[in-house]
Amino acid sequence: MQIRLNGELVDIAGPMTVSALLAHYAIDPRRVAVEHNLVVVKRAAYDETLVKEDDEVEVVNFVGGG
Amino acid sequence: MNADPFVIAGRTFRSRLIVGTGKYASNDIMVKAHEASGADVVTVAVRRVNISDRTKPSMLDFIDASRYFLLPNTAGCYTAADAIRTARLGREAGLSSWVKLEVIGDERTLFPDNEALLEATRALVKDGFVVLPYTSDDLIACKKLQDAGAAAVMPLGAPIGSGLGIQNRNNIEIIREALTVPMIVDAGVGTASDAAVAMELGADGVLMNTAIAGAADPVAMAEAMKLAVEAGRLAFRAGRIPRKRYASASSPVEGLVGTPRT
Repeated sequence: MQIRLNGELVDIAGPMTVSALLAHYAIDPRRVAVEHNLVVVKRAAYDETLVKEDDEVEVVNFVGGG
Repeated sequence: MNADPFVIAGRTFRSRLIVGTGKYASNDIMVKAHEASGADVVTVAVRRVNISDRTKPSMLDFIDASRYFLLPNTAGCYTAADAIRTARLGREAGLSSWVKLEVIGDERTLFPDNEALLEATRALVKDGFVVLPYTSDDLIACKKLQDAGAAAVMPLGAPIGSGLGIQNRNNIEIIREALTVPMIVDAGVGTASDAAVAMELGADGVLMNTAIAGAADPVAMAEAMKLAVEAGRLAFRAGRIPRKRYASASSPVEGLVGTPRT
């Protein structure tokens, strides 16, 4: 199924939790923040939040800035 | 006990210098520059994780979170909605509700869109954020931000990254006199004297990135900025002499050799 991840259309195996999605992309969950369909997902909710077909997910982290 | 503490929203900081984490040639130089600056607050930007390339180390691997307070910014946002969205993501990533709020209105100058900034400040304050908005050196804009609940206001000294120094000293002085919340001069510093000037004008703090990161020797410049901010603050508190057009001799005018005794 397709989702939009950080603006790009990507294929994933099927509906999965935010935790599983981060693990799939080898992203350390402690270093990022996740938005699911425009709503920020609390870290404690990564295991329960399900990403489904056509959902929009943003995964951000801190980079250098002023 | 520090006789002149720097307090924002009830939190006391050791240094009045806030530094950025952008534009450094390497993380190693950044770490050394941060150390030399004496700063305890560092700004960071919020950006998408690179999904396709996970090999790059995270910048956070190089910043000791027990030593530095991370202040996420909303740099690059051109609407209140985007800035609010970015601030909320930054809060989740950093687990702190502080934000350096930027809503940019013009690409070439990176001047703030004060109308959108005010809207975003109101929304984020309501959402429990400690908001530090980057704004113009404009008294009315600063007062409106203070009234909207900003924990400090951050007027620019000059355009971001320009290194032009404090362009409107009078405005900075007027803004400081009119506000009750801390005023941090953000952007425009080029070299140490610019930072000293900002502090001499009464700024409670100075925020800079490019002036240090872009210097030929960022570590040395970071130390220069630390000393300049301290010197400028001390001079402000010491109370400078008034400016006069003509000379006033420092040495006694009586008792000069070769003059007739009167």
